[in-house]
Amino acid sequence: MSTPDPETELHRLLLAGLGGDEAAYRRFLQLLAGHLRAYLRRRLFGWPDDVEDLVQECLLAMHNKRHTYQPDQPLTAWVHAIARYKLIDLLRARGAREALHDPLDEEMPLFAASTHDAHDAQRDLMGMLQSLPDKQRRPIECVKIEGLSVAETAQLTGLSESAVKVGIHRGLKVLAARFGAARRLEGHA
Amino acid sequence: MKTDDLIALLATHAGAERRPATGAALARAVCLGLLGALAIVLAGYGLNHQFPRVLGMPLFWMKLGMPMLVALCAGVMAARLARPGVPAGRAGWGIALALVVVWGVAAGQWLAAPPSARAELLWGQTWRSCAFSIGLIALPVLVAALGALREMAPTRLRLAGAAAGALAGGAGAAVYALHCPELSAPFIAVWYMLGMALPVALGAWLGPRVLRW
Repeated sequence: MSTPDPETELHRLLLAGLGGDEAAYRRFLQLLAGHLRAYLRRRLFGWPDDVEDLVQECLLAMHNKRHTYQPDQPLTAWVHAIARYKLIDLLRARGAREALHDPLDEEMPLFAASTHDAHDAQRDLMGMLQSLPDKQRRPIECVKIEGLSVAETAQLTGLSESAVKVGIHRGLKVLAARFGAARRLEGHA
Repeated sequence: MKTDDLIALLATHAGAERRPATGAALARAVCLGLLGALAIVLAGYGLNHQFPRVLGMPLFWMKLGMPMLVALCAGVMAARLARPGVPAGRAGWGIALALVVVWGVAAGQWLAAPPSARAELLWGQTWRSCAFSIGLIALPVLVAALGALREMAPTRLRLAGAAAGALAGGAGAAVYALHCPELSAPFIAVWYMLGMALPVALGAWLGPRVLRW
């Protein structure tokens, strides 16, 4: 038995995930995190503490923007473009674009390496979650953390089912925006 | 927070993805913006008083067709730039083609006209307001297009903003053509072009500011 190459495997898992297969989507994100970690670690040589924060930021961004992926596009290109965009944003905040090891424009074999030895992120995501308004925080806590269904959450919170879904969607977008904002503040400090 | 916890959070009940593809969402937004542009022209400017006689004039169709081609190509470009890792593509050639055709026709008309008639061909009656009007009419489309792009994931913000501007400029010029009384190719080659350049510049300036994610 041969193992499929990472691009094929990730592509299969993502498409299944976009179709609603939760286990495949979780597996996709786990494998993706490993590749992102290896990729960013090489590029953020001078700031090892930032790697895990940026891995998380990329994962959240890719989740929020997953509707912009179309199945006929090479997955590497999509993932690479987002990772590069987030990396440049970070480096710009640090005012240190020239400190890069490799030129960023080079098309990188992003899925060539993978590492699962993760350091803890410095950013306190749970704390950020607490600062969301109730209409967004409660649906995320119930559905995403406690694993309740949307219908159960609606019953529990008194929100309509569509309000629960909208709350999750908006809440994750706000979290992604605060990731970036928090980093830009650090950069100026 | 550990990355595995974040992954669990993202994956749990993620559900199927049903948001529209970028092209469809952009097209929908532009239709709304076009309604706004039409409203400005119909309420603020009025249709060309020669309607429907102008429908028989080739120059009217060039005035309408050239900006529409620009808008269409810019729209394709913007929809591509809205997706990470997708190059802008060859739609830019369509924009160049539209401009070259108009400039070619304009040059022909200019050279064929006696020198005494050339000033009229270039300045017409409305050169003072033309470019500004097109820029104004393009605004609703520009706002709608940038709003749609914000929901997507452009990674080249200035270029994506400029493409949204060209889309808006083309749409604005085409809608303005319904009012515009001018019927000379040199006029279109200069003033329509200038009018369409305004939203392009505005879009390129706004891109890095409003499209960031």
